[in-house]
Amino acid sequence: MSLWCDKYQPKTFNELDYRLEQAALLQAVVADGDFPHFLIYGPSGSGKKTRIKCLLHALYGDGAQSLRIENHVYETPSRKKVEITTIGSNYHVQVNPSDAGIYDRIVIQELIKTIAQTKQININEQRSFKVIVIIEVDKLTRDAQHALRRTMEKYVSSCRIILCCNSTSRVIPAIRSRCLAIRLAAPTIDEINGVLQKVTNFEGIQLPIDLANRISEKSQRNLRRALLMLQTCATQKLPLTKDQQITEPDWEVYLRDTARMVGEEQTPQRILQARERLYELVAHCIPAEIIFKGLLEELLTNCDNVLKVKITHIAAEYEHRLRQGSKEVFHFEAFIAKFMCVYKEHMLTETTGIDEEFE
Amino acid sequence: MSKKTTVKKPTVPAMFSKNPPSTTTTTTTTTTTNDKENMIEVNPKNDRLVPWVEKYRPKKVSDVAYQDEVVAVLTKCLAGSDFPNLLFYGPPGTGKTSTILAAAHELFGPQLFRDRVMELNSSDERGINVIREKVKKFAQFSVIATRSDGAYCPSFKLIILDECDSMTKAAQAALRRTMERESKTTRFCLICNYISRIIDPITSRCAKFRFKPLKDNIIVQRLQTICDTENVQHEPGAITELVKCTEGDMRKAVTFLQSVARFRTNTVITAIDVQEITGIIPENVIENLYQVCHSSSYEKLATTVKNVLLEGYAAHQLLLQLHDYILGQMALGNEQKGIIFEKAAIVDGCLLDGADEYLQLMDFLCTVMHQLCRS
Repeated sequence: MSLWCDKYQPKTFNELDYRLEQAALLQAVVADGDFPHFLIYGPSGSGKKTRIKCLLHALYGDGAQSLRIENHVYETPSRKKVEITTIGSNYHVQVNPSDAGIYDRIVIQELIKTIAQTKQININEQRSFKVIVIIEVDKLTRDAQHALRRTMEKYVSSCRIILCCNSTSRVIPAIRSRCLAIRLAAPTIDEINGVLQKVTNFEGIQLPIDLANRISEKSQRNLRRALLMLQTCATQKLPLTKDQQITEPDWEVYLRDTARMVGEEQTPQRILQARERLYELVAHCIPAEIIFKGLLEELLTNCDNVLKVKITHIAAEYEHRLRQGSKEVFHFEAFIAKFMCVYKEHMLTETTGIDEEFE
Repeated sequence: MSKKTTVKKPTVPAMFSKNPPSTTTTTTTTTTTNDKENMIEVNPKNDRLVPWVEKYRPKKVSDVAYQDEVVAVLTKCLAGSDFPNLLFYGPPGTGKTSTILAAAHELFGPQLFRDRVMELNSSDERGINVIREKVKKFAQFSVIATRSDGAYCPSFKLIILDECDSMTKAAQAALRRTMERESKTTRFCLICNYISRIIDPITSRCAKFRFKPLKDNIIVQRLQTICDTENVQHEPGAITELVKCTEGDMRKAVTFLQSVARFRTNTVITAIDVQEITGIIPENVIENLYQVCHSSSYEKLATTVKNVLLEGYAAHQLLLQLHDYILGQMALGNEQKGIIFEKAAIVDGCLLDGADEYLQLMDFLCTVMHQLCRS
């Protein structure tokens, strides 16, 4: 059994469900047989990679869907070997250079240049260029992004680059000014509902409207997540009922419990307990910013406005530090300790009635 | 700015001493097409594939727009006076690479260009070893002062080090002596965005030129020429809208123009099309955010920010536009604006370091909210 979000992923522009106007534009650009470098950005689950697949299909036909995995090994100047895996067809290569960590510059320099420098043999029958899809561009180091700059200009006749990222804030302006930027907004609740109904129709299942609404709300406008939730519901119990419980990912529940623990009681013992649980989360590869956001949301529930502003500021500060540091748990702990401190202080002044400081 | 128009290198004898240096009148905007020799060869079949940025790159030094000082100096050099080591710096899209490439083409002509010019940019490995071996070896070759057809050409080679600010300090230090010792046979041209990242000993060896961000009317002129050549129809407001968001970056302007033209083939381009391409956030989103800050409800703010980010707008752009918007608000006093903008600067720095967009934006907007509700 395959996952529904893969099974029903649109393969061509005609199968898309939302942002049709934009899709039509894209199609028009590609139909011309030529396109500039693309920079596709948008929140996760909004269909960035789906659009890329559609683009490739429109360009090269079915040939772009027979994928193979390749391993490349590159040597850094300090003689360290870097391994990188690419997925590609005869016509395109998809690579995530940030897999190579701080050596991503080498990958960009070597891999992309070798692909870019090889020309297609038969220009008359094929497209005269290959496509390189680079994902998670916002995770690339500065060096790697700089390495892209001139490559993008020099080899434009033999290769096109499609960059894919969550936000353009972390992409250097020099790259942004070389690409056609395409913003993909997350689908609205109604659009997600539409897709859910369509998928259940294909599967021959009845989907009550109430349940569909609840799933869409819970998915935070992330279509992939909505489809996964729907499938989980369907595997748990069939036929689907209106008041069926939607299972959330257990790490989310776990994170929320951790935050609640901290909110309940502010003692050194609690920090120790929370630390253990945070370690657990980090060990399960939950990204740091998600942990931070989850903690913040839960911790803010029983604070007043003054405190909320303060704690948001603290969260922002510690998350920034975490980016610059190397060990995540330190910063989580620091944040929790700081929270406890501020919270306690606030509560004490509140109860004793000396509230001048916060006016 | 450092206007070193009279830099003289005593070690190098002046070439073409018979010819008086040409007067430094420069026609900046018009592109002449009869300059076949220096045109980058464009295969007619692939003509459409060439980005306009490459197609309309200035082919001659005199075509470079707006950078009067450097054009004046380079025209003199082309006419035969000394060629100093050069250091170009300035924001992206102001013509640094274009200028030196055009100059090199004019100096050496198409045949010699390959032998005489070495272009290294950050897509090439540029560690200290490369400087020590590749660059040094290349610099040591001496060359003759005639072309294969007997015409004169200057007797030096040119090494262009593009995007220099991403070179390591060690690699830059390795350049120091090479630059001096090989001055008989080699000229260097260093290009960077931030001059502060270049070590002092290097800057003191070069004639520095700052490339200014281009004035709006010059970009408008250039875009107009391109539109006419490429048959792009546009509303009168579209070009102004396009130029408004480019901040003096010619490459950006041309890329955007081509993108819009691609999207809207055979129709008239409007200002709204331009907004969509350039990633500018619509005014009402900004206004809405500001209004929510008035309400002093944290929950409302949190949901609004979440929704804006889900629409895919970049936090960095949002911050920029919020800054402009708040600057124009009369309701806020100077002190409040000061506090808000200080926060904006901090948040901007954090965003550049890669901090989470939601948390940073919330932090910023909370400050705005606090200041608003205080008044």
